[in-house]
Amino acid sequence: MTTSTEAGAAEGVDADVLAGIYTTAAKIKLYDEKYRATMRAGKIGGMYYSPRGQEIIPSAVGAALAPDDYVLTIYRGVHDQIAKGVPLRPLTAEFFGRASGTCKGKGGPMHVTDVSSGLIVTTGVVGSGLPIGTGVALSAKLRGTGQVTVVNFGDGAANIGAFHEALNLASVWNLPVVFMCQNNRYAEYTTYADGTSVEQIAQRGAAYSMRSIHVDGNDPEAMYRAARTAIDAARAGDGPTLVEALTYRFFGHVMGDGMEYMPDEELKAAVDADPVVRLRESLIAAGHRTEAELTRLEDELRAEIDDAFEYAISQPLAEPTELTTDVYAEGVSL
Amino acid sequence: MTVQSDLREEVESQAGRELMLIQAINEALDVALGLDETVFQLGEDIHDPKGGGFGLHKGLSTKYGLERVRPTPISEQAIMGAAVGAAITGMRPVAEIMLMNFLSVCGDQLINHAAKLRYMSGGQTNVPLTVRTVTGAGGGFGAQHSDMLEGPLVHTPGLKVVVPSTPADAKGLLLSSIFDDDPVVFIEMHHLYFAAKGPVPEGDYRVPLGKARLARAGSDVTLISWGKQVHDCLAVAESLAADGIDAEVLDLRSLVPLDTDAILGSVGRTGRAVIVHEAVRRNGFGAELAATISEELFGRLRAPVRRVAAANTPVPYASSLEGAYLPSQADIEAAARGLFS
Repeated sequence: MTTSTEAGAAEGVDADVLAGIYTTAAKIKLYDEKYRATMRAGKIGGMYYSPRGQEIIPSAVGAALAPDDYVLTIYRGVHDQIAKGVPLRPLTAEFFGRASGTCKGKGGPMHVTDVSSGLIVTTGVVGSGLPIGTGVALSAKLRGTGQVTVVNFGDGAANIGAFHEALNLASVWNLPVVFMCQNNRYAEYTTYADGTSVEQIAQRGAAYSMRSIHVDGNDPEAMYRAARTAIDAARAGDGPTLVEALTYRFFGHVMGDGMEYMPDEELKAAVDADPVVRLRESLIAAGHRTEAELTRLEDELRAEIDDAFEYAISQPLAEPTELTTDVYAEGVSL
Repeated sequence: MTVQSDLREEVESQAGRELMLIQAINEALDVALGLDETVFQLGEDIHDPKGGGFGLHKGLSTKYGLERVRPTPISEQAIMGAAVGAAITGMRPVAEIMLMNFLSVCGDQLINHAAKLRYMSGGQTNVPLTVRTVTGAGGGFGAQHSDMLEGPLVHTPGLKVVVPSTPADAKGLLLSSIFDDDPVVFIEMHHLYFAAKGPVPEGDYRVPLGKARLARAGSDVTLISWGKQVHDCLAVAESLAADGIDAEVLDLRSLVPLDTDAILGSVGRTGRAVIVHEAVRRNGFGAELAATISEELFGRLRAPVRRVAAANTPVPYASSLEGAYLPSQADIEAAARGLFS
């Protein structure tokens, strides 16, 4: 349990599972493209933390999760939200601050919750999801529901105290939780190496007697097997897993980031190896799907996404009277 | 079944069904665990045989098991975070943060998450979490183990803040807190654990949050306080009575929600108010109360609203300094008398 394993070559992943992973990844990619275009057009403001380049990780995780399992994510979280199945209309309405958003426009992109799809918390604070996810997993264990909890976070979060406290406690209590580190090589504007003492985040699992897996998060088959291993172990009562999934973010920390600190050749290599494009090509090359089938799928996804944005833009903003509700249970004076 | 039976029999033999405040809290936890399977406790050292730093939890882990009375590592962020995560998914955790100063160690989980998740989720989730913690100056514990920090808590929308002063209220307010659907920080003052004794109703006894307690009726001045200082105010009221000053003592018990009606009703009658708290004076909750009273009752006040609070310093160690730091009965009495000169 204490050794870090490399997830890689193993038996193949079912073609329909791979196609499902592609469907989710394409949806995320197209949604991100629409979001950035909408920002550029001045139709939506605020901060946007593009997940472009990281699509495969949540798509593979989502393929391995049950609908009532829990997912937590962070401010760079739209890929996790879409992959867990948050419906695009209320999700997009939330990003636009609309009354019909998942959170009535009170949360915004950094604080999305959608209980009905199991997206239980999005936090804007680096690393805070790990202790909370530990508690969500504890709750599932105490209630005996068999639900698994996946906590997503970045490599930067592995250096905050909450990471270490949560891993220790989850290990001591043998909880059904997967700590999913999406290592995109940068903690905001600082490289992995400048801020992290170990070569791999996965090595830190050993400090907590925790199973850990180091995987290429952009490789859909390896990523799916890693997710499957961790989620199945949690569901079987075999405790938590730390997964480090290597990836790369194409657009820096936040929209508008000049990305001066990201070497051109490194970025170019990552974009040239776009994992969504690669998966598309491999599905066709393997004969799992045809070019025409995938084009039709993408057209359908675009239509769904366009509909969500049109819906969100047409919806009214949250009413000012909503300001003072949901602070406490009903009837409590502010 | 009473859990701290040894201690209890001793007290009961002396004074019938009277409990010390620490026993009342143990009994409330016992009742809550017995009533509802979703209630569980987590915190450092809370399991038997120690039963917590003060022995407050004695018997509970033996009776309910370690799944429901869960000892934790010394990891306040993990404790608070785990409690938040469990609370938003159907449980009613009671988390103990050993000392109030350690709330600062897990402030992110409390301030950014427990307090705000109901709001940020548009009411989809809520956080029925009770955070019990203990504090109080005057014990020689120095600057990092003694602070009253209700100020920043009441300044955080989404949190409820409760401070009991009597054993009956400790039990009744704690049970109400545990079964409340919002996060409650329940502040216990260790001076009262053994010193405050009184009758405590049996069974599932609840005191609603947001209702002040009239600790002493009076007509000339209102002494407003919470926690240990309520007892100081009652002693001062007796002293004032000897000189014909009839003081009313209001025990707020719950700072959020606040019984503004009780405060304005009392001060509206007496025309004079002294607010007493153990937290430091600057930006303490007394400032908020004084402002509210002044805004609402300006024309009816017979004297300026006064505050008696701790010095604007860290809590010192030496008893001579700690005595100077804390608001004393003499300070309260002087402030009250000053309103009549």
